[in-house]
Amino acid sequence: MATDFTFPDSAATRAAGEAEPEKMSLSMGPSHPSTHGVLRLQMELDGEIVTKADPVVGYLHRGDEKIAENMTYNQFVPYTDRLDYLAPLANNMAYAIAVERLAKLEVPPRCQAIRVITAELARISSHLMGLGAYAIDVGAWTVFLYTFGEREKLYRLFEELTGARFTTSYTRIGGLARDVPDGWLRHVAQFCEQFPPILEESMKLLTRNKIFMDRTVGIGVISREDAIAYGLTGPNARGSGVPLDLRKDMPYSGYEQYDFDVPVATGGDCYDRYLIRGEEMRQAVRIIRQAVERFPDGPWFATDARKIFAPPKDKVLTSMEELIQNFMLVTEGPQMPAGEVYFEAENPKGVLGFYIVSKGGGVPWRLKIRSPSFCNLSILPKVCVGALLADIVAILGSFDFVMGECDR
Amino acid sequence: MPSEENPRSESAVTAFKARFPQVADRPSLDHPAVNVPASDVPVLLKSLKEESGFDMLADLTAIDWAEGASPRFTVVYHLYSTARHDYIRVAAGCPDDSAPAMPSITSLWPGANWHEREVFDMFGIRFEGHPDLRRILMWEGYPYHPLRKEFPLAGIETPLPDLEVAAETGAGLEPAPMMGGPFVASPGQINMTEAEPRAKDESWTERHEKPNP
Repeated sequence: MATDFTFPDSAATRAAGEAEPEKMSLSMGPSHPSTHGVLRLQMELDGEIVTKADPVVGYLHRGDEKIAENMTYNQFVPYTDRLDYLAPLANNMAYAIAVERLAKLEVPPRCQAIRVITAELARISSHLMGLGAYAIDVGAWTVFLYTFGEREKLYRLFEELTGARFTTSYTRIGGLARDVPDGWLRHVAQFCEQFPPILEESMKLLTRNKIFMDRTVGIGVISREDAIAYGLTGPNARGSGVPLDLRKDMPYSGYEQYDFDVPVATGGDCYDRYLIRGEEMRQAVRIIRQAVERFPDGPWFATDARKIFAPPKDKVLTSMEELIQNFMLVTEGPQMPAGEVYFEAENPKGVLGFYIVSKGGGVPWRLKIRSPSFCNLSILPKVCVGALLADIVAILGSFDFVMGECDR
Repeated sequence: MPSEENPRSESAVTAFKARFPQVADRPSLDHPAVNVPASDVPVLLKSLKEESGFDMLADLTAIDWAEGASPRFTVVYHLYSTARHDYIRVAAGCPDDSAPAMPSITSLWPGANWHEREVFDMFGIRFEGHPDLRRILMWEGYPYHPLRKEFPLAGIETPLPDLEVAAETGAGLEPAPMMGGPFVASPGQINMTEAEPRAKDESWTERHEKPNP
């Protein structure tokens, strides 16, 4: 551990007249098991109390926004997988809807329902990972084994649907890569049947667990005002009493048809954030059940979007007009009007936003990704101060961040 | 779009525009949007936050309109009202194209701190009054601002941040090979079929060095 870091304004944090305490500098990360990727925390410690924390991000910066300016709209879909790589299907959907808003394009109900099912499955998968990893962070191994087993079942569903377990790239502008395969909905329904008891069992290991509660209750408290001021979203904001859920507030992709509740806690501590994630998984199962039950028929892509969505393959091989359309789509990209849109979707980690500035044509002029993890982590310098060093691990885990989308 | 159907949102934005004559309409495909002068940004955003109910800073970013355009840099704010559920987009052009600057709004929203650091890092726009304007995604001492349009997608040769490691290993950062990639040469250009010199340029390959221009 390095000890020669200096903080320019450490004198300012000391009370006047107080003798200078012996401070220790500690650099935690970027390769540390509880920093969930490549976050580095540069801390100043007074004994075991953290007196200053400066998160250093950017180790996973790949320049996704620059890359987006240099390729067509559909070519960027695989890059959205790699933002929040624990919920790629939700990112795919948020990006596709943002571009569709730019094109003023509505996708048919069947496409919306498939997107809702995949996004909610991604939410469960992301929260299972967050829950299991968090339990490990605070010293409980068993939960992780249960949640990882369930996550594996979800990955089998993803593979059946998209052909990939992890990097799904499932949406296209104006539709999807393909329709749901035969029997997939039945498998989803089966998952919804067997999953809730296992979720309850896993959470029973933690919710009234004395050790877990000692590590999380009253730790890392974020007030409602701070949550709004720092732009916190998702379970982290709802854990602090901000009832912000865009699926309810500004419904997209037909979320208004489904009956579900938005859990909101008032404590704002690590324990509340954990409870919210658990409840969100139950609600996600509710949404998926409804979507599977009244799964609409009809086309699974926007049929009137000729210059945006690729024509069916059999037509491409037999008809001149469709062949030209397909060729133009691949070389020039989906043709968009000039203008700018900002669309936010309620992702598992929080609100994922895309701000697209178009000058027309198939390539965006500017594409900004507002990532929830980036905004959520910006409150760390405030939350970590005054905490014990051992609690830093509990606080970081409770944020459930992903550096892939923080650094982009 | 939902915000267009929200009468309370309409009235809040209309009242805001009536109160401040320097606020101009900005073309938008979705949410209400306004152009404001750079010097008035803190005052106007404060009014939007405290009087119009836009209590959350959803996003803060910038656009580079490329060399030659004036104003070259536009800083864009997206505000969200947690009570009314609607957005407003506020845009302000940076007055100086060669040394762009914008007043900081970290005193209104502490969450703007990291956003402004990112915009400074990526575009080189200085935020006046920012408490701690350092790079955030690139490393300290990196010489370029990568999201400026003149910065090439492949990157620019740069020494390693740690000079000791660089001297020891002789390693450096090299531009990425772009041959055969899906990238277009001129970002934002409409006709892509004509604009793929990287794929057409056969003067160099992965095995033979790129000729010096």
